[in-house]
Amino acid sequence: MSMSDTVRMSGRRRARSRKAIAAVLQFLVVVATTYLGLLAVTFFIGRVIPIDPVLAVLGDRAPQHVVERTREAMGLNLPLYQQFFIYCQQALSGDFGTSVLTTNPVMTDIRRVFPATIELATLGTVIGALIGVPLGVLAAVKRGSIADQIVRVIGLVGYSVPIFWLALLALLVFYARLRWVAYPGRIDIVYEYTFSPITGFYLVDALWQRQWDVFRDVFRHIILPASLLGYFSLAYISRMTRSFMLNELQQEYIVAARAKGLSEARIIWAHALRNAAVPLVTVIALSYAGLLEGSVLTETVFAWPGLGLYITNSLQNADMNAVLGGTIIIGSVFIGINLLSDLLYRTLDPRTRAR
Amino acid sequence: MSALLTVEDLRVRFPTRTGVVEAVRGVSFTLGRERLGIVGESGSGKSQTGRAVMGLTPAHAQVTAKRLAFDGIDLLSAPPKLRRDLRGKRIAMILQDPKYSLNPVMSIGKQIVETLQRHEKVGRAEARKRALDMLAAVQIRDPARVFDLYPHEVSGGMGQRAMIAMMLVAGPELLIADEPTSALDVTVQLEVLSILDKLVAERGMGLIFVSHDLRLVSSFCDRVLVMYAGRIVEEIAASELSNAKHPYTQGLLNCMPVIGADRHPLPVLDRKPEWAL
Repeated sequence: MSMSDTVRMSGRRRARSRKAIAAVLQFLVVVATTYLGLLAVTFFIGRVIPIDPVLAVLGDRAPQHVVERTREAMGLNLPLYQQFFIYCQQALSGDFGTSVLTTNPVMTDIRRVFPATIELATLGTVIGALIGVPLGVLAAVKRGSIADQIVRVIGLVGYSVPIFWLALLALLVFYARLRWVAYPGRIDIVYEYTFSPITGFYLVDALWQRQWDVFRDVFRHIILPASLLGYFSLAYISRMTRSFMLNELQQEYIVAARAKGLSEARIIWAHALRNAAVPLVTVIALSYAGLLEGSVLTETVFAWPGLGLYITNSLQNADMNAVLGGTIIIGSVFIGINLLSDLLYRTLDPRTRAR
Repeated sequence: MSALLTVEDLRVRFPTRTGVVEAVRGVSFTLGRERLGIVGESGSGKSQTGRAVMGLTPAHAQVTAKRLAFDGIDLLSAPPKLRRDLRGKRIAMILQDPKYSLNPVMSIGKQIVETLQRHEKVGRAEARKRALDMLAAVQIRDPARVFDLYPHEVSGGMGQRAMIAMMLVAGPELLIADEPTSALDVTVQLEVLSILDKLVAERGMGLIFVSHDLRLVSSFCDRVLVMYAGRIVEEIAASELSNAKHPYTQGLLNCMPVIGADRHPLPVLDRKPEWAL
């Protein structure tokens, strides 16, 4: 390598690192603006709803001067922009106030309920993707065949049958009749007091503490609701996979791959699916984010102490701090998952990489 | 010259809802280690002829022939596995537009190595070396750099050279080039053609050059088949093209304006229904 080549190479490398820094900065700006937007919306909702926070704390029999003093103490007589500023400060430090219903700080409640939802949603998405993607590929490759029709029906049922009905039916069959799975709830009462979770993800905690009987029990509790959520996302994922795959299989590079003498299996999995994976990542990520919101119906039927159930209960009791705190958490998760899928998208598709 | 490829009464039919469409209707020719051009307008069946030889006709189409043999192997009765082994190894094809015919998410080097590893037992280092040699053979100046690039990062001409490298790396004996330069700029066309020309001559390959560009084909090939509506209407030595007898071939030739000649009005291609019979 000559001298000028070396200089040019290092120059190129410097330019690349500068671009990488710019990309990271841009990324942070996007996160910050989105988050600010989220805070503004929740703040706005908090001011608009016809629930007086002072009234919620004091009840409607408090004397006038107490009401006014409390209003002042809560900062509600400050100008709106100052209120918003304080609100942002508190939200960023994880302080969403105290839940009226549970009398705990909202953040403590969320730390308790969110892992339950994350665990369920993650397992559900894994099941949905692991089964949904191959089914979609099968349907695309055997387009118009009986297999395609069966996958279509499976998807249609999963997407259109109400999940609470399906959940009750599944409980009836797999719990009440067959006894394959455990009753609704996260863990058996026997273990409820002996098992002390660390992270709140029971499967992980049981595994970590090598408590195999607990692990077995937790698994027997989670598998049915997770399968149902998995079925629900499978329905969507398989349809999208099929359509992405059909699109890829029509491309010229598939003809070229055949002309190279590659096997059908390699063409389907290494060429077509590898390309279809790019949009598929977004689909799976959004479906995951949807499940992380906490699927209220599933959590209700399975008595699952998750975020969906928590927010619904709070809403019914006009517990605004809890509702808004939960909303911010869900919003943050959405932002995070979107960014993650964006990043994954970039690693999967060289055309979108910043050069 | 021993026949590398024998085609006798080749027919390709596509059943559709409104009846059967015959794209190729009884095409016969033989090919040695020579350059055969197939010309014709869109829909004349020239591409489908090439794809039938490759075995890349869509699954719902019917391919029949009295004889379709490559180096003594009857292609139509050959099991799918054997045909797959032939593809890329002994018969290869170059497609029209590298923008679409290269896998966008796989690096160029990987796509070349893939062909090689499909057909030969080669180690990683060896495969990489041969891919780099092949890239050098298609006159890419910095093979090591291009090896790691993705298709969208190279120009059309460079992409088509990568395509040629990918298809020739396993050393095929017959190459079907389906409009290999139609998607390229005119200046780049000549470069790619000269590379193709050189490689075909060096390796003694048989070449079927499918194109709609009569001028290009006549300068590049030894023999030209003129196709119209799924049939060969004329077979002629490239040097004799100006003496073509068939009115359709003459029509195609007349369509090309001559610099300095009167271009008003330009002749329109004549299509007589009896030619299609």
